[in-house]
Amino acid sequence: MENKVLMKGNEAIAEAAIRAGCRHYFGYPITPQTELAAYMAKRMPKIGGTFLQAESEIAAINMVYGVAATGRRVMTSSSSPGVSLKQEGISYIAGSDLPCLIVNVERGGPGLGGIQPSQSDYFQATKGGGHGDYHLIVLAPSSVQEMADMTSLAFDLAEKYRMPAMLLADGTVGQMMEPVVLPEEKNVEFTEKDWAVTGTKCARPHHIVNSLYLVPEELEQKNFERFERYAKIEETEARYESFMMDDAEYCIVAFGIAARVSKNAVLAARAEGIRVGLIRPITLWPFPKKALKDASEKVKGFLSVELSMGQMIEDVRLSIGCSKPVELVNRAGGMIMSPEEVVAGIRKLKEGEAK
Amino acid sequence: MIVFEKPKSLTNAELHYCPGCTHGIIHRLVAEAIDALGIEGRCIGVAPVGCAVMAYNYFACDMVEAAHGRAPAVATGIKRSLPENIVFTYQGDGDLASIGMAETVHAATRNENITVIFVNNAIYGMTGGQMAPTSLPGQVTQTSPYGRDVKTAGYPVKVAELLSSLDGPEFIARVAVNNVKNVRNAKKVIEKAFRNQIEGKGFSLVEVISACPTNWGMTPEKALKWIDEKMIPYYPLGVYKDKSEAKEDAQ
Repeated sequence: MENKVLMKGNEAIAEAAIRAGCRHYFGYPITPQTELAAYMAKRMPKIGGTFLQAESEIAAINMVYGVAATGRRVMTSSSSPGVSLKQEGISYIAGSDLPCLIVNVERGGPGLGGIQPSQSDYFQATKGGGHGDYHLIVLAPSSVQEMADMTSLAFDLAEKYRMPAMLLADGTVGQMMEPVVLPEEKNVEFTEKDWAVTGTKCARPHHIVNSLYLVPEELEQKNFERFERYAKIEETEARYESFMMDDAEYCIVAFGIAARVSKNAVLAARAEGIRVGLIRPITLWPFPKKALKDASEKVKGFLSVELSMGQMIEDVRLSIGCSKPVELVNRAGGMIMSPEEVVAGIRKLKEGEAK
Repeated sequence: MIVFEKPKSLTNAELHYCPGCTHGIIHRLVAEAIDALGIEGRCIGVAPVGCAVMAYNYFACDMVEAAHGRAPAVATGIKRSLPENIVFTYQGDGDLASIGMAETVHAATRNENITVIFVNNAIYGMTGGQMAPTSLPGQVTQTSPYGRDVKTAGYPVKVAELLSSLDGPEFIARVAVNNVKNVRNAKKVIEKAFRNQIEGKGFSLVEVISACPTNWGMTPEKALKWIDEKMIPYYPLGVYKDKSEAKEDAQ
C-alpha cells in the first residue's frame, strides 16, 4: 500500500526536493512560504546538505546561481515581493543556461500587497520576469500531491533543458494540508557535466559560466539557439488536465487553486444542465495552446478563472486566435472566488453568446 | 634556465586594460599565488562587473561571471557545493563596496571560506570614470565634477577597517601595487589569503590600492605617485585582522 502522509503544501515541496536529490537550499524569510525554509533548515544539516538563510533574496538567487554553475541540484523559494527581487539573478541563470528550481508561493500585490493567496505573478513567471529574452519552465500545482510531484518534475525538466524552472503555487496550496504520497528517494548520480565549473584538474580547458557577449552577432546567435530549444519545449512539454470536456459546450480555463474551485463549478453548472468542462494548464509555460485551440473548435466560449485582474486570459485568447468569446471571472488582492461566482460567470457567458 | 615566465594560471589572452592600469599586476599576483600553492586545477574564480568583467578570459582556472556586486554570493554557492575547491572573487570598488556591500559584509560575517581580491582604484573605470564609494573627498570625477563634496556625497567607505570590525572574517588586509616594495608585499599577502582558504580558516579579503591613470586623468607615472600622496594616507596599508595570528599571540 502506498504510504500516505498528511502534510502542508510548502513542506511537501521541501521533502520532494530532497528526495529529488537537491542538497542546496538558499532563502530569505517571507510569508506564505515560511514552512518550506523551516523544513529545509531542519533537514538539510542532517543529510549533509546546505541550508543557508541569505542576507536578501538577491543574495539567495545568486547563491543558487553559484551552485547551479557547479552542476548540482539547487533551489530557492519565496513569495511575490521576494521573487521580484530575484529577477536579476533569474535572468543571469537563464542567460548562462543553468538549471535550478525557483518556488513562488504567490501572495497578493502589487507592492508589499498582502499575505493572502494570489495568482497575480502569472505575467512575471510566464513572460520572462527579468530583463532580456528568456523563459522559465513554469509548473502550476493545484494540490499538495502536485506540489510534491511537480518539484521532482521541475528538477528533471530544468536539467534536461538547462534552464530555470519555477513552481508557481499560491498561498492556499502552500498552506493547506492534504494527504500526499511522497515520491521515492532518487539516487541522483552527479556526473561531471561538460559545462559545469568543478575545477579543471589541469586536465581540460577552463569552463566559463557567463551571460556576457559583447559581440552582438554572438549574442543574437545565443538568443536564436535558446529559442530553438524553447520551441522544442513548447512542442513536447505542454501539460494540462482535461475535466469533463468530452461533450462540453463551454470551457473554463483555470490553474492552481482556481482550478479546484472551477471543478466544483463545472459540477454545479452541469446540475443546471449547462454542459461545461475545464482545461487546467499544468504547465503555464509552455502554455497548452494546442489543447485550447482544439477545444475552440468544439465549444461556444471560454471562461478564464483567475486570482488576478486577468493575466492568463491573454494567453487563452492568443491560443484560440480570438475565435470564440473569452470572459473572465476573477478575484484579486488575496480573495478567492466561490464556485457560485464561477457558475454565474458561465451563465453570463451562455446568455451573452445567445444574444 | 628560465628566470621569468608567465604564470601557468594566466591564459594567453591579451589583457584589455588601459596603459598604466595596475589590474595587470594584480592579475599576475593572483595567478602567481595560485601557481605557488599548486591549486590551479581546483580553483574556481568569480569575475565581477566593472573593468575586470572579462577576467574569466584571463585566469586559466574555471570561471563564473557574476552580476554586479553579487560575486561573494555566487562564490558562497560554489564553495558550499564544492568545499574541496578553492573559490575566489575578483572585484572592484563599485562592485564590492557599493552595489554589492550587503553580499560583501554577509559573506565576511559568515566567515565564508573564500578569498576576495578587492581592487580599490577610487573610481568606476569601465563606465568612464564616475564617483566610486571609495573616491576621495574632493576627487574630481565625471559625476563629482566639482570634486566629491562630503556634504552631499558623503565620505569614502574604508572597506578593510569596516570589515575588520566584524567578528566573522579570518583575514583582512590592505596592500598597494604602486612600487616594487609594495608589489612584493602584496604578493605575500595575496598568497596568504589563498593559503587561509586551503587551511579552512575562512573569509580572507585583500584590498589592493590600484591606479586608474585613464580616469584619473594622469600619466601612469603620476598615478602611481598619487597613490603614495593621496590614496595611502586615506587608506593606510597593513593587516587589519588576522584571527589565527591573534590566537597564536594570545597563547
